[in-house]
Amino acid sequence: MTTVLISIVLLILSGLAAFTAGRSYKVATLLGAGGAFLACISAMPPVLRILLGGASKPLHLPWDVPYGSFSVAIDPLSAAFLVPILVLSALCALYGAQYLESYSAGKSTGAHWFFFNLLVASMIMVTIARNGVLFLIAWEVMSISPLFLILFEDEKPEVRSAGWTYLVAAHLGAVFILVFFLMLGRNSQSLDFDLLMAQGKGLPLGGGVLFLFAVIGFGAKAGFIPFHVWLPEAHPAAPSHVSALMSGIMIKMGIYGILRSLTLLGRPDPLWGYAMIGIGLSSGILGVIYALAQHDLKRLLAYHSVENIGIIALGIGVGLMGEASGLPVLAALGFGGAIFHVLNHAIFKGLLFLGAGSVLHGAKTAKIDRLGGLLKSMPVTGACFLIGAAAISGLPPLNGFASEFLIYYGAIGASLKGSAAFATPLILTAAGLALIGGLATACFTKAFGVVFLGEPRHEETAHESGILMRIPMLALAGLCAIIGITSPLILNILGPAVRVILSSQGQMAASGLMPATRPLLMISLASTGLIFLTIALVLIRKAILRGRTVTSAPTWGCGYARPTARMQYTASSFAQPLTGLFRPFLRTAETVRMPKDIFPTNAFFESHTNDAFKELIFEPAFLGIARLFSRLKWLQHGRVQLYVLYIAITLMAILFWKLRG
Amino acid sequence: MSSFIFSFAALLFSPFLLSIINRTKAVLGGRKGAPLLQPYYDIIKLIQKGAVYSCTTTWVFKAGPAVGLAATIICVFIVPFGAHPAPFAFSGDFVLLAYLLGLSRFFTVSAALDTGSSFEGMGASREAAFSALAEPALFLALAAVARKTGELSLSGIFHAISAQGWGASSLPIALLTTTALLIIFLAENARIPVDDPNTHLELTMIHEVMVLDHGGMDLAFIQYGASLKLWVLGAILMGCLAPGRPDTSWLGGAAFMGGMCALSVLTGVIESSMARLRLVRVPQLLSGAGGLAALALILVMR
Repeated sequence: MTTVLISIVLLILSGLAAFTAGRSYKVATLLGAGGAFLACISAMPPVLRILLGGASKPLHLPWDVPYGSFSVAIDPLSAAFLVPILVLSALCALYGAQYLESYSAGKSTGAHWFFFNLLVASMIMVTIARNGVLFLIAWEVMSISPLFLILFEDEKPEVRSAGWTYLVAAHLGAVFILVFFLMLGRNSQSLDFDLLMAQGKGLPLGGGVLFLFAVIGFGAKAGFIPFHVWLPEAHPAAPSHVSALMSGIMIKMGIYGILRSLTLLGRPDPLWGYAMIGIGLSSGILGVIYALAQHDLKRLLAYHSVENIGIIALGIGVGLMGEASGLPVLAALGFGGAIFHVLNHAIFKGLLFLGAGSVLHGAKTAKIDRLGGLLKSMPVTGACFLIGAAAISGLPPLNGFASEFLIYYGAIGASLKGSAAFATPLILTAAGLALIGGLATACFTKAFGVVFLGEPRHEETAHESGILMRIPMLALAGLCAIIGITSPLILNILGPAVRVILSSQGQMAASGLMPATRPLLMISLASTGLIFLTIALVLIRKAILRGRTVTSAPTWGCGYARPTARMQYTASSFAQPLTGLFRPFLRTAETVRMPKDIFPTNAFFESHTNDAFKELIFEPAFLGIARLFSRLKWLQHGRVQLYVLYIAITLMAILFWKLRG
Repeated sequence: MSSFIFSFAALLFSPFLLSIINRTKAVLGGRKGAPLLQPYYDIIKLIQKGAVYSCTTTWVFKAGPAVGLAATIICVFIVPFGAHPAPFAFSGDFVLLAYLLGLSRFFTVSAALDTGSSFEGMGASREAAFSALAEPALFLALAAVARKTGELSLSGIFHAISAQGWGASSLPIALLTTTALLIIFLAENARIPVDDPNTHLELTMIHEVMVLDHGGMDLAFIQYGASLKLWVLGAILMGCLAPGRPDTSWLGGAAFMGGMCALSVLTGVIESSMARLRLVRVPQLLSGAGGLAALALILVMR
């Protein structure tokens, strides 16, 4: 406990030190990034100890704030979220130290590192806070600090607009969370989670409304559709290590919020499970369909965050159904799969965003259709991106498969019995996961294939990134493989975290994830076999080809002798069969000038997919609100005397109201 | 131990299915047809060749066939030999099987894109799109038989079907599931009506065009992998339809082998009697398969 609090202090102090160092790139980076790295590494051992079964003493200090207290604790659920926070933050700090160098001319890197460290510190605080007020304060700091990170390149108008979208989305979500805690603590003297948990069993209003508020409030942070609109704006605008941190971890704080509020709300209703499965299916499928239609690598990755949040929501939904119908194994598999996927997604999405940043850094653009053949000039980035792409598609032997398997296993296993009303959502979960998996494979073969394979589509030569940027990518790629192979061991770590969620249920908590041990063992056995078999096949081919003629020649172009790089299949054409199929959802706008005459001179094709939810829901809604408020403009005219009068009238009104009551 | 022997028999026997399909097509077309061992001759000939790699390609191009074949070989050890349990049988094994096929596809598609050729890009794009649609149909069909039998592994499912049989009352379920699985089997193995393995126009191909630039050992890996995939998906279909009896070990195995041969003949008959669908119709066919499987599931849950 103390170590973790010390590292929070270290994070804030090193951020402040970097801030005072200001515009000197080297000093600010050394203080800021170095401080973040050290703080995260030093907080690692106590957190791991808790996951492996150790205990930590909660800390409870009184506080003057109404309903507040400085109450912090680390339980296995906190620790399961702290591990990815610490790992990814340390690696992103390392990466950012080199990445920012070429963008930092005339900018204050000190301020950047200050807010970076503040973001990391506030995320740690959110996971360990055990009081509503403390939680909300940490949550607000966590919501505000990314704004300044997104606005790093604030000279670009699209970056400013992205920052604005982010700010609005973050605050709308926070309002619901505030109301959630207010309603929860109505009858209580303090918002300490222990007290709230004790009264959770007899919530008068029924937990349903509270659950709804939690899902909306935390879902806005997590990026459930339709609250996802800020993700595809903010992630491409932010520097890449910040995108990695936001997408890998910060949006997961929304998931943490939902899981933590479940511990406060008592026994769930089966409807909650249906709702989460519905949210998961829509976010998962629509997220990946939107990703398929994107032309910008980082925007594509942002939509994949929506997809993966959908998968996590499916896991939570399956878990809730298990909890509501008294099936401990189903509950454990659902929640366990969700928490495992949080860890896995942090690793491979962090890796992919760092890879995209490396592309942006080395090739000066992230427009997929302008890139190509980067594997030759950026071998390390390319290989790491390939591993991340396979992992996010949920392919064995990597980590994404293990967590998705837990959800599949729970859903299909429980669907064998029970009524149709109970089995249908579970089977839909499995079928939805299958569709998401297939579409994700299509999307990531597109992203990896078009960006890294084939011939370069532009003249400029790309270069590999520096060592500080390569080490984090290699580390994350290694983790993808290691976690994939050792998944049965991870089950033992996930067990206690799942038990925290189910603790209010008594006997539910006892039996855990054990039934999944044998399947996961078999999977890691098969994965090991797969790896050895692949190596064996490669060696056999090498041995047989030794001594024979191995030559190289141009790619077969059906006899056409002068192919150019621009004739290659583009990302848009690769995705066309699927984007065409899902056109009603995507509403892709196309501008076409068809080739005419016998010798066509110029032809032209352009497609653009805007977010339908942004265009059809949020923009009209906010415009309407703006129009409504513009009716009140006559109140605002710039005459100070009248403003003073307003104040006087207000004071009088309050006074009379007070006197009456 | 005997389960391993059966799996190795599958490894050995699978190219023979291709020759049965080709012979059926030849007989129905009034031709004499290639020797029955032709697929083996092809593979042996390819192994004896050198290699030509496109100068555009990288290590991904060489990794594609190796990973693809390795993943499919593992699948052969997961899929049971009729009512005989597979050596790699565990609850939820069909999820691993589907995702291993996905891994194989991921690398085949990537290897195709590595050549920088539009033709191969075209094939890759279609393969990725159609498999994404076939995947949910496969899961729905397997969920239907899983719920029918109350088992969670392929070996358990097939064992239960062979012990209980489908019975007259669940005949519609059997019919719907196997039709869905047959469509998936034809689509995933690049057969008519989804893809024509004999076509010579690159613009209309799916699977064949993806491997245009592979030759020698790599092509041998791909062709052998394709025959194994034919076996794996065919074995799932036959397992649901007529898995044989588990008690009479060798006789049951022989009956299952006979079933696989019959499936190959059926594939040959389908290929001789109908044309390939237009590419825009393929998604409808695949969602139709999903619909049939969903219908079967509704009947099971009733």
